[in-house]
Amino acid sequence: MLILPNDLKSFIRETGEIFRFILRFFREGFRPRYEVAEFIRQCYVIGYKSLPLVALTAFIIGIVLTMQLRPTMVSYGVDVQIPAMVGVAIVREIGPILTALIFAGKIGSSIGAELGSMKVTEQIDAMEVSGTNPFKYLVVTRTLAAMLMLPVLVVLADGIALFGSFLGVNIYESLTFNLFFKKVFDNLIYIDVIPAFIKTFFFGFAVGIIGCFKGYYSEKGTEGVGLSANSSVVVSSVLIFIIDLVAVQIAELFQH
Amino acid sequence: MPETVIKIDGLCKSFGTNRVLDHFDLSLFRGENLVVLGKSGSGKSVLIKCIIGLIQPEHGKIRVLGENILNLNQTALDHIRVKVAFLFQSNALYDSMTVRENLEFPLRRHTFQLSPEEVDGMVMEALQNVGLERTVDMMPSELSGGMRKRIALARTLILKPEIILYDEPTTGLDPITSLEIISLINKIQEKYQTSSMIISHDMKCVKLVAQRIAMLIDGKCYALGTYEELSASRDEKIRQFFN
Repeated sequence: MLILPNDLKSFIRETGEIFRFILRFFREGFRPRYEVAEFIRQCYVIGYKSLPLVALTAFIIGIVLTMQLRPTMVSYGVDVQIPAMVGVAIVREIGPILTALIFAGKIGSSIGAELGSMKVTEQIDAMEVSGTNPFKYLVVTRTLAAMLMLPVLVVLADGIALFGSFLGVNIYESLTFNLFFKKVFDNLIYIDVIPAFIKTFFFGFAVGIIGCFKGYYSEKGTEGVGLSANSSVVVSSVLIFIIDLVAVQIAELFQH
Repeated sequence: MPETVIKIDGLCKSFGTNRVLDHFDLSLFRGENLVVLGKSGSGKSVLIKCIIGLIQPEHGKIRVLGENILNLNQTALDHIRVKVAFLFQSNALYDSMTVRENLEFPLRRHTFQLSPEEVDGMVMEALQNVGLERTVDMMPSELSGGMRKRIALARTLILKPEIILYDEPTTGLDPITSLEIISLINKIQEKYQTSSMIISHDMKCVKLVAQRIAMLIDGKCYALGTYEELSASRDEKIRQFFN
């Protein structure tokens, strides 16, 4: 008989539990009662309150990427192509993945900790006794809000990173705003933009559902709350890279 | 014979190999304060969580206000939960909501036709019952342990339940605050004629609150009687609590 190591067993068990949790999300998420007010509140908390951090990091990455690329591009005599190259890099990969990772760090951990703390202080039970389905109220609203807000944040982050790149270019030479963005958009095609945008919904879903799963099944008191927050970030970050890998393969299929 | 509001027959619940409830039987009568007394980890909290439908037992029947709650669908169970309130040991106040929002939460979930003035009136009445009207716009984190317990009690009262289940209402409180909570429990019972099942191992609370005491030992209802009857018992297992 095949004897599996304990770590592998617990990995398989947890993967199964996550899939069951996802199935429950689809089963309960689309049946009334709809928690519209809580969903809107979560969109504000998850989306609007993440914007400053996402904007700051996107702006810095835009400048840094441009400054790092410039010496190589100059040495090959193609520095005129910097806006085009930065545009493709940011829109296709850096904008979505960077924003998703920051989102996982900020929102994944906060959802994991919030639900974990609610679980250990019996607030989830209190909600159920009050005639509320806690899964709908807590899990469905947060996951949908994360799924919807991350693409919005990515679009904004892309714009801000490109603006940062525009400033980075202007440190060394003079390039007008209109000309910079003309060069960016002239080199972007639908196959750059659409898959990059679609995958962000999956990134958001991964961050939301993993944060909720880890918090909802938090155990071991306050220690468990810390573990939930921590593992929410780790698992959702790994999932983001896996989804990205799959998305790139699918986009490749459409390109040929 | 007083009306039975909760009737538990042959209730069994295990966690792994640990059987915490083993064919447990008990009845709660209308208007009485019944204390379930037992050691920590003896299954007292599991018992009242089974009654409110938070834990599913393996065997047995639980009839609450005439309905076997183990056969009810979610809607019918929610309907019963309007009439049965639960005071959690940890208070379970929602951290992200003010006291007002905490109290409004069950109101808005169970009743839909209330005007803002009616909701406000019910919130203030519940707060007056526990003497904490001034905390209405405070956050739970700004309150002391005793105040949080009283707010949690106000939240259980807001829907004017027929039955209140108290899970260790005085645990973690200082003796003076414990007495305040005990006095509130008695006041609520007199004012609203509620039937209460109180889980406790605090003997001062048991003495001041209980009209009957059920002793949960080895998963069974080991003994049932008044404080005077049980404190006079010669049974070693019972005497451990009263000495």
